[in-house]
Amino acid sequence: MQKRLVLDKKQISIILDRFCYQLIENHDNFENTVLLGLQPRGIMVLDMLVERLEQISGVKVPSGYLDATFHRDDFRRRNNPLKANETKINFLIENQKVVLVDDVLFKGRSVRAAMDAMIAFGRPKKVELMVLIDRKYTRDYPIKPDYFGRQVNTLESQYVSVEWAAKGFDENAIWITEEKEVKS
Amino acid sequence: MQQLSTKHLLGIKGLTEQDIQLIFETADNFKEVINRPIKKVPSLRDITIANIFFENSTRTRLSFELAEKRLSADVINFSSSNSSVKKGETLVDTVNNILSMKVDMVVMRHSSPGAPNFLAKNINANIVNAGDGTHEHPTQALLDAFSIREKLGDVAGKKVAIIGDILHSRVALSNIFCLQKLGAEVMVCGPATLLPKYISSLGVKVEYDVKKALQWCDVANVLRIQLERQQIKYFPSLREYSLYYGVDKKLLDQLDKEIVIMHPGPINRGVELNSDVADSEHSIILNQVENGVAVRMAVLYLLAAVK
Repeated sequence: MQKRLVLDKKQISIILDRFCYQLIENHDNFENTVLLGLQPRGIMVLDMLVERLEQISGVKVPSGYLDATFHRDDFRRRNNPLKANETKINFLIENQKVVLVDDVLFKGRSVRAAMDAMIAFGRPKKVELMVLIDRKYTRDYPIKPDYFGRQVNTLESQYVSVEWAAKGFDENAIWITEEKEVKS
Repeated sequence: MQQLSTKHLLGIKGLTEQDIQLIFETADNFKEVINRPIKKVPSLRDITIANIFFENSTRTRLSFELAEKRLSADVINFSSSNSSVKKGETLVDTVNNILSMKVDMVVMRHSSPGAPNFLAKNINANIVNAGDGTHEHPTQALLDAFSIREKLGDVAGKKVAIIGDILHSRVALSNIFCLQKLGAEVMVCGPATLLPKYISSLGVKVEYDVKKALQWCDVANVLRIQLERQQIKYFPSLREYSLYYGVDKKLLDQLDKEIVIMHPGPINRGVELNSDVADSEHSIILNQVENGVAVRMAVLYLLAAVK
């Protein structure tokens, strides 16, 4: 199978540091900011980001996991229904600045569903989107990230495979493959 | 597995253990949803559900209706008391007429055992059995087992005593199937006249002494005496039944362990269950009601996904 490395362990680490400084620059002391990781894969990025942000800024920004399975627009249209994941948000987002965190932005449908799901926890003051990989030219919805690690040009048929050492892979890495790898 | 193995929920007997676990895992997520400030998700917004009740129901009908509305489904309600059934219309005709209005799912309660199975063979919609005579009441068994799992962490290996009117109870039969599929040990307890003759062939223990049953179990599911289904007298009086089989605080205090008390409702207070137990910390009766909505949401959501 053809496989092309997009980001290696060191590059991912540099990007996470950059994300932290961008957030510090835009959100000051994080007084009214919360971070939401999108299930299932955005929560890995979120957890690393929250930890790194605390090391750099000394602030533990409130964070939670958001699952949008029940808000997706492809329910009953998929051959294999998606399994729901845990939503863990122990705060209201009313009047908060929300940063949605995911690993890969592809068609924008997950983010649309996530914004729909998010509203159940209040009316945010502002919503931003942070992704490690932005797949350009594949969007179905008018959604673009406020923070991205790397933009890549891909075909719709290709797959972006995100590997985390914490999930049993050799080390953190992001690849473009010609077909979906089952392990990720 | 991410999909149910069946298009209909006719009984627990037709479900696999994997189906039940999938329903529970999905219900966990829906329980979180119904505790949000906004308790609604749009999953079933293109689905119309008919609640067809040929028998009285308060809790189950309300619970299903709430579950359907929380999932954004369109809901129509039908009860036989004010319908053309009184004019002699057959079951299939009644339901086919309702389906002509483009209904996708039917939730039905009927006094005849097997009525949902009959319907599933004759019409093209997802059927959910909300209780068929003395046969099955699958969503009640699912929510009971879900409540045990929530309270005790797991159902497997737990000892559950079902106490009371087993003979007329669809809850008992569905509970037995469900608990056994999940690996629990089941005992039934009641006067001999209210235990079906061949109940032990289902692999359950049989006990006639309520104190021994309570001493044995981790969970006691106390059932209602179903006077409306009893054409003859099965015991001399309610007072005598209460004396021998009623569960009260005094009885629980005599046990050398803490047990969980459940009841599917409606409770005949002072008959099968005393208020000092029903309203005590041992009781998870109101948790059962809350879990009922989450479990029914999971069932409807998962059935809608089956192609």
